[in-house]
Amino acid sequence: MSLSESLVVARRLTKKFGDFAAVDAVDFDIRPGEAFGFLGPNGAGKTSTMKMIGAVSPITAGTLSVFGLNPEVDGPEIRSRLGVVPQQDNLDEEIPVDENLLIYGRYFGMSRAELWPRIDELLEFAELTGRRKDKVAALSGGMKRRLTIARALINEPDLLLLDEPTTGLDPQARHLLWDRLYRLKRQGVTLIITTHFMDEAEQLCDRLVVMDKGKIVAEGSPRALIEQYVTREVIEVRFPVGVQETVVDQMEGIAKRVEVLPDRVLLYSDNGESTMQEVHGRGLEPESMLDRRSTLEDVFLRLTGRTLID
Amino acid sequence: MAGVETLRVMETQGRAYRRIWRGSVITTFLNPVMYLAAMGVGLGVLVDDGTGAEALEGFEYLTYLAPGLLAASTMMTGAGDGAWPVMAGIKWQRHYEAILATPVNVRDLVSGHLLWVSVRLLMVSVIFGFVMILFGATGVVQAIAAVIPAMLTGMAFAGPVTAFTSWTEDHTGLTNLFRFGLVPMFLFSGTFFPITQLPGWMQPLAYLTPLWHGVEMTRSWSLGLEPTFSPVVHFGYLALLIVGGWLASQHFLGKRMIT
Ligand SMILES: Nc1ncnc2c1ncn2[C@@H]1O[C@H](COP(=O)(O)OP(=O)(O)OP(=O)(O)O)[C@@H](O)[C@H]1O
Ligand SMILES: [Mg+2]
Repeated sequence: MSLSESLVVARRLTKKFGDFAAVDAVDFDIRPGEAFGFLGPNGAGKTSTMKMIGAVSPITAGTLSVFGLNPEVDGPEIRSRLGVVPQQDNLDEEIPVDENLLIYGRYFGMSRAELWPRIDELLEFAELTGRRKDKVAALSGGMKRRLTIARALINEPDLLLLDEPTTGLDPQARHLLWDRLYRLKRQGVTLIITTHFMDEAEQLCDRLVVMDKGKIVAEGSPRALIEQYVTREVIEVRFPVGVQETVVDQMEGIAKRVEVLPDRVLLYSDNGESTMQEVHGRGLEPESMLDRRSTLEDVFLRLTGRTLID
Repeated sequence: MAGVETLRVMETQGRAYRRIWRGSVITTFLNPVMYLAAMGVGLGVLVDDGTGAEALEGFEYLTYLAPGLLAASTMMTGAGDGAWPVMAGIKWQRHYEAILATPVNVRDLVSGHLLWVSVRLLMVSVIFGFVMILFGATGVVQAIAAVIPAMLTGMAFAGPVTAFTSWTEDHTGLTNLFRFGLVPMFLFSGTFFPITQLPGWMQPLAYLTPLWHGVEMTRSWSLGLEPTFSPVVHFGYLALLIVGGWLASQHFLGKRMIT
């Protein structure tokens, strides 16, 4: 796929606040119709990147094009084709649910006649039809989040920017949101999602980059990243309090890679069964052993030496 | 200035206001009623019986007070609308961030906001004028004449206060602005008595206050008094503040929101 077909192209894209580089010379391409993720811990530079793509934060260095346009000069035109779900909700709390959508649509120059049917549709989509006349202040966190997403769709955007769309939601609300995002993807909307939940990234993203301290440390599909950086399986070994320190030496070479965390030891292995037997074979007596599939969390740990959510 | 985005911002502000217009109109109506009743009628009787008449250039106190109070009301409305809703948009609810993610830019947002405030000031001035007529403080023509300088007074505060709000961190800055800036101005800028009654050293200070210029012109146009300086000076000063406030608001709001 050639670059001109990409919706977003960043080359050595940099954002500095004073001397501090929040985003440090990153490269990425986002193609039409894909769900692209930025995965990274707090302060990695995800929001800063999103704001530059959203043409609300000027870039410091490098180049960035969105829809083939330059955010610096074509900001209004870019923003007219975007939907933005910010990390923190910024709805107008004083006015009712449906008027939040109406007012927002007016900023895009849509007429009332086209807005009202669209609002009915979006309220249905966000499962908020029953609350349409309520003030936003009276909604739960999950409802506000869904309304924010509905609001981002009012102008039928070609590209939807979602900054941690499900942070703070309970599992049920998260799954409802994921379902809504799948549907949008099927309709051909390109999604850019930031998250620090690896399951979310695995579920939603076709491709993602792992960010840490302003840099991109890996890129690929969730599967490919796992295959490239970690083994298929992981054994999580826990010892009684105080014991782990005394036995870590005996685990050397027991698996392809041994990762010692404060509360457990991770053994990366292509064959979990035999590794677990080997643990017992060496006379170790862990409190528990869990054999699980590797996840992006493991990729992140491998790449940065840190866990994603600490 | 008034691009289509600007008009959309003005329209949406107005739409949000529709939710509270009843309460707002009642306050806008009751405030002048209470002030004119207490100060104009109650206190006015004492003033008119005392040595007041000559300082007031022959007017009854109620008549003298009413246009001053009108200008002071638009000041308070203009300043209030430049303060609380703007801080809410920037920080408390952060819906300015949402607006700036649409094709609307900072200039449209500031211009639309200020245009909407001017509509509010028109409403406030008209209601106030109506109350003045009810109290017999002025005739219909004078009340209508007072609307324009009163609106300009309000705008001369709305612009700079919007800029100040965009610059200041939080409500403490705003509270201090009202406590140390607007309330003293309200009391000492010729609203309730001519500034010639102030100690000599305070009079030049009063000349610097935008409210005094607004009061001079509102009083001049409604009572037919000769203003202290040429209307060009008084209106010029207000116009400077309006344009300066509009530009400064764009500057500071841009700095605050576009990081
Ligand atoms: N306006 C700003 N002024 C100064 N520093 C900033 C500003 N915005 C972000 N930063 C800094 O830039 C770095 C990256 O912040 P950013 O919000 O992009 O991270 P993030 O990956 O979105 O993190 P989180 O997961 O916590 O949302 C952080 O160190 C942050 O403190
Ligand atoms: Mg963030």
